[in-house]
Amino acid sequence: MSVEATTELRDVGHGDWLDALEADDGFYLLADGEPTVPPAAVGPSSTLEREPLPETGTVTATTTIHVPHPDFADDAPYAVALVDFGPVTLTGQVTGVDPEAVERGLEVEPTVRRSATDDERLVGFVPAAEEVSDR
Amino acid sequence: MTEVLVAGVGATDFGEHPDRTGRELFAEARSLALERSTVSDTDLDALYYGNFLGATAEEQNHQAPLMAAGLAGPDLEATRVENACASGGYAVADAVRAIRSGDVDVVLVGGMERMTNLGTAATTATLAHAADAVHEVGAGVTFPGAYGLLADAYLERHDASHEDLAHVAVKNHANAATNPKAQYREEIDVADVLEAPTVADPLGLYDACPITDGAAAAVLVSPEYAAAQDLEPAAAITGSGRGTDALALQDRDDLTRTKAAEAAADDAYEQADIEPADVDLAEVHDCFTIAELLALEALGLYEPGEAASAARNGETTADGDLPVNLSGGLKAKGHPVGATGVSQLVELTKLLDGSHPNADAVPAATTGVAHNAGGTVATASVHVLEEVGA
Repeated sequence: MSVEATTELRDVGHGDWLDALEADDGFYLLADGEPTVPPAAVGPSSTLEREPLPETGTVTATTTIHVPHPDFADDAPYAVALVDFGPVTLTGQVTGVDPEAVERGLEVEPTVRRSATDDERLVGFVPAAEEVSDR
Repeated sequence: MTEVLVAGVGATDFGEHPDRTGRELFAEARSLALERSTVSDTDLDALYYGNFLGATAEEQNHQAPLMAAGLAGPDLEATRVENACASGGYAVADAVRAIRSGDVDVVLVGGMERMTNLGTAATTATLAHAADAVHEVGAGVTFPGAYGLLADAYLERHDASHEDLAHVAVKNHANAATNPKAQYREEIDVADVLEAPTVADPLGLYDACPITDGAAAAVLVSPEYAAAQDLEPAAAITGSGRGTDALALQDRDDLTRTKAAEAAADDAYEQADIEPADVDLAEVHDCFTIAELLALEALGLYEPGEAASAARNGETTADGDLPVNLSGGLKAKGHPVGATGVSQLVELTKLLDGSHPNADAVPAATTGVAHNAGGTVATASVHVLEEVGA
């Protein structure tokens, strides 16, 4: 990894990372070999490498939120999950399936969805290898 | 390690105080603490003050000088401490460190929060400021949601049930029933918990602490000052530990353990030269029922997975071997965020010196531990409190 590339990756923000995920070019960073999701919190001498995000991950914990954050008032109830992609774990909302049916062990693909409340982008997950529509 | 003595403690009733400002609430707590300590406010060297929601609740940051007003002159240092729900515990930790350093001898430590004036939606949004704004709140995670994720992981790993969690709520409501300072003084049963509306599954309304207004304060002094003034402090802080973990749950290796609290407990026990087995009672950060189990395991009072049945088996109830949250805990006494860590010190001191209405449950207790957690335990403070002369 060149110094130039590290400098460039240092400036990758969460919006840039969502752009890539939305373009089916999801990735994570290795900061001195430690996997992380942008924005990367690294020291001044750390090196950064870009690695492709695995195409599927596994739900390791989930909850259906009935009393929402006000920014998601029109989305409730919604299922939030922690999804293990191997090197990194992501936090997002699972759609394309009944929230109450989301369970640990469910295999999902990452996506970018928009809040029904304020249209802001966020990490989404849909069940893997199935034709599902993001609501 | 230098002992830090608790010269006096005080707190407001916890609950709804719609007509009282934050400064009025804290004034009551600090007056009680100073009066009971018999320490003159002109001797105060410093105030360490915990507060989290002030900017939203009262459009007031920079509360430390406000809360020190009228106490003493310009030599008094006043500092606000903010570590989310552990703000109060860290204010205590900073006070202990300052006295141990020899820089100061007399410290007022306190905390205050106003919350009920915000209502549920604004409180939910403001408490979420303690989570990772990018990775968690941006995905719609609320605090009940974050603890719902922790509960999901814990119950799965240890084959425990929502009913196990319900027993924690039942126990802490029973303790609060006889504590006049507590917000919820009604006993509940397991069915009440299991049938309550879901907030973030598996957690329901009765798994969660209430939204609370309140303030707490304590006067801490050095042994030299106590001797010179002929004070007779009832308790000493003999251990003060802190720990840190990743802010976002997605950056943790194991969702069923709280490593910040484990680290804080290790430090506190080492300083106090005690083992978990020496602990007679504990006040722990049960913002949700699941949090009490995580706390008891981080404190080494139970092995991983074994705290699940502690309340159900009567081990941590008032008549159990290790009473936990005799005050009613955050769950039923209430959780005015910035005050909570100091309130734990207030309650433990009164339980050890026999002046607490629930002290009859622990007549022979000499050693208590207080566990205060920030967010999903990304920060934690643990304090060991021992009866003086025991």
